[in-house]
Amino acid sequence: MTVHAFAFYVFATLVVASGALTILARNPVHSVLWLILAFFNGAGLMLLVGAEFIAMLLVIVYVGAVAVLFMFVVMMLDIDFAEMRAGFTRYLPFGLLIAAVLLAEMILAAGVWSLGETGVDARLEPVDPSLPNIEAIGRALYDRYLLVFEGAGIVLLVAMVGAIVLTHRDRSGTRPQNVASQIRRRPEDATRNTQPEVGEGIEL
Amino acid sequence: MIGLGHYLVVAAILFVMGVLGIFLNRKNIIIILMAIELILLAVNINLVAFSAFLGDIVGQVFAMFVLTVAAGEAAIGLAILVIYFRGRGTIAVDDVNRMKG
Repeated sequence: MTVHAFAFYVFATLVVASGALTILARNPVHSVLWLILAFFNGAGLMLLVGAEFIAMLLVIVYVGAVAVLFMFVVMMLDIDFAEMRAGFTRYLPFGLLIAAVLLAEMILAAGVWSLGETGVDARLEPVDPSLPNIEAIGRALYDRYLLVFEGAGIVLLVAMVGAIVLTHRDRSGTRPQNVASQIRRRPEDATRNTQPEVGEGIEL
Repeated sequence: MIGLGHYLVVAAILFVMGVLGIFLNRKNIIIILMAIELILLAVNINLVAFSAFLGDIVGQVFAMFVLTVAAGEAAIGLAILVIYFRGRGTIAVDDVNRMKG
């Protein structure tokens, strides 16, 4: 068994095991940690086939951002997780049935699938072995898929704005700075020239 | 030798695990969101494996887009979860009927 095959089996076993523990763990904090392990091993699987950029992106985006977000929410919300587990065994047979049917269908589909004769010629962006992975992705991304790339940026922007709008709340009882009224204020609104007689005050 | 079939099997098992996770944790929407992330990871493994074994870089480009959508979906999902918890004090979602749908 070559090192490559050994590494594949290690990564594959660990990704499946940590995926199973993600959905089975009693404590959601443990679930998030298992999810992180699953993503690390998924990145390892992608490294083995030479997709370095996607593997690194997976670690950066998922482990660095999404998993931290999950961890933040799990720890911020005060939730009775024991109550959440109710119904676990009730749905188990049904879930296992659905899972078995899905898996059988996928194995059937993969078993009869074969690359058509024209399949290899129909490639959109054939891999150039002289190019590094990142450069090849960059050439495809900023050339043929530039518009889709911009669309992905807009999706992220909308997601960010949406998340802020959803979770932002105005606190009552605080006295925030009113920037607009401060800027709108002119000298004549705030100051007044008076010449009071001697011994008289002025009315403010 | 490790071929495309090996990767497809791993991705299929991971995908099914994600679907099973949605069924098993019907109440806990945090775990449901994590199960969706598992499903998207399986899809990404499939895309990258096809891309590598068929010699076409487009699969990896699309894996990147899937990653983008997954990140946005997690952010929005968790934001909705936070405001739902603020209003109800629980995240049990198996009997959500506020919208009377």
